[in-house]
Amino acid sequence: MSPAPRARRPVAVVSFAQAHNVRREDERNEVEMLMPVVAEVFANIGITKDDVGFICSGSTDYLVGGPFSFVTALDAVGVWPPRPESHVEMDGAWALYEAWVLLQEGEVDAALVYSFGRSSPGNLAEVMALQLDPYTLAPLWPDPVSLAALQARALIDAGKATEADFASVAARNRKAALSNPKAQVAHDRSVEELLGEEYVVAPLRRHALPPITDGAAAVVLAAGDTARRWCERPAWITGIDHRIETHAPGARDLTVSPSIALAAERAGVGDGPVDLAEVHAPFASQEGIVLEALGLAGAGGAGGNGGNGGNGGNGAGLSVNPSGGALAANPMMTAGLTRIGEAATRIWSGDANRAVAHATSGPCLQQNLVCVLDAAWEGA
Amino acid sequence: MTMLDTPIHLEYTFTPGIAQSRFLRGLAEGRFVGQRCPVCGKVYIPSRGSCPVDGVPTGEDVALPDTGIVTTYCVVNVPFAGQAIEIPYIAAQVLLDGANISFMGLIQEIPATDVRMGMRVQAVWVEPDELGPTLASVKYFKPTGGPDAPYESFEEYL
Ligand SMILES: [Zn+2]
Repeated sequence: MSPAPRARRPVAVVSFAQAHNVRREDERNEVEMLMPVVAEVFANIGITKDDVGFICSGSTDYLVGGPFSFVTALDAVGVWPPRPESHVEMDGAWALYEAWVLLQEGEVDAALVYSFGRSSPGNLAEVMALQLDPYTLAPLWPDPVSLAALQARALIDAGKATEADFASVAARNRKAALSNPKAQVAHDRSVEELLGEEYVVAPLRRHALPPITDGAAAVVLAAGDTARRWCERPAWITGIDHRIETHAPGARDLTVSPSIALAAERAGVGDGPVDLAEVHAPFASQEGIVLEALGLAGAGGAGGNGGNGGNGGNGAGLSVNPSGGALAANPMMTAGLTRIGEAATRIWSGDANRAVAHATSGPCLQQNLVCVLDAAWEGA
Repeated sequence: MTMLDTPIHLEYTFTPGIAQSRFLRGLAEGRFVGQRCPVCGKVYIPSRGSCPVDGVPTGEDVALPDTGIVTTYCVVNVPFAGQAIEIPYIAAQVLLDGANISFMGLIQEIPATDVRMGMRVQAVWVEPDELGPTLASVKYFKPTGGPDAPYESFEEYL
């Protein structure tokens, strides 16, 4: 394989904001949810909308059933005078990727990335079925929990994980979420207690499922000296890559993630020690697959995952999902961007030096993005 | 097999939002409620909660009269499925007095050939017991007979 492309221009995550994640936004529409988040992401670093030369958002109209809701969402920013803007019908992590590519071009020094997902207006299980192949899969209306259960069953059958592993992942993430003021679900419960729960779809019990969430998030990316001016300790994006697998879950080995492994290689995850990982594993059963493909399995706080052993370069210092991950809050189209924001936050604070953020989309971890954030920019 | 039917039907609960809810509740009381931007001073009706120019909340409610002008219009001559009104009829952009954005309304009580840009109009509401949180509370707009507004006064709203 050709050598991985490396970031040419230093671009960093310099600000992050997210809404309080809730089950249901009864009063506010998308614009009203986004406005305070966008205001906060600018205010955090003392800039205004006039300081960003590009805007990119991630969302899907299927969630609220409103055509062009991504266009009206721009009202939350106020794009006058007009400026370049784009949207992806994907998680905001992919909007961030587009903004990063544009910043690499060098014509713009800063970009706003935001995403929003209100799952409460519709039936999320039905909405998510419509992302599947429309000929052979969608007509069967397979819901995301059942698909994740097939994947979990495959893990158990392959001897790669147990139900106790899933409970352990859920217990650790939700305990970590107790220190996340924006978390929707946070508690301190033992693995034994969680294993006493009923199955929702065997082998997944209630605790292994992500919550259904209404939420929004925003990030500011900035290049070079602009980043250094706005942020004392920018979270430099040293590598970012995204890969996708076939749309047919039946044609995949659901117990592994070659798309994550490839994206991780191209993003350079293994090029140095990793002390923090924010991974987007909506179902507790998926975290082990993600960490293994990232080469971070068996390291540090990620204990309890089957996996095939860790990467020798990444030892005990690894913290996994200190935010509680997607098990603490899973706003559609947003939880991936939030992982990047949460990882960057810990670089700024000095709690981490080199972090990996991961975002996923599609059934059973079909599509994945891997982003490496570093407190240092080589040669900077 | 040559054909596969895959019926898809999704149901949603619509959330108009805080600002638009005020507009809709106003309609249920037979009045127009807009909101003003604290930065540029523009009055939006209906407000979706933010000024699309400045990106700030439009917090202040503004009661607007039910009179205004036609900024632009079209005469609908083509029948289509689900049509509720007899053709030809007029769909117009109506700019209420004191508002800085127009919205769509029907024009009646005037022959289609006599409608003009700048024509002054007033809302005709449904009976009080038929009022609801919907634009259907406004049956249509009718000409007031007042002098037309000069083009320069509304050209920025076209
Ligand atoms: Zn304004």
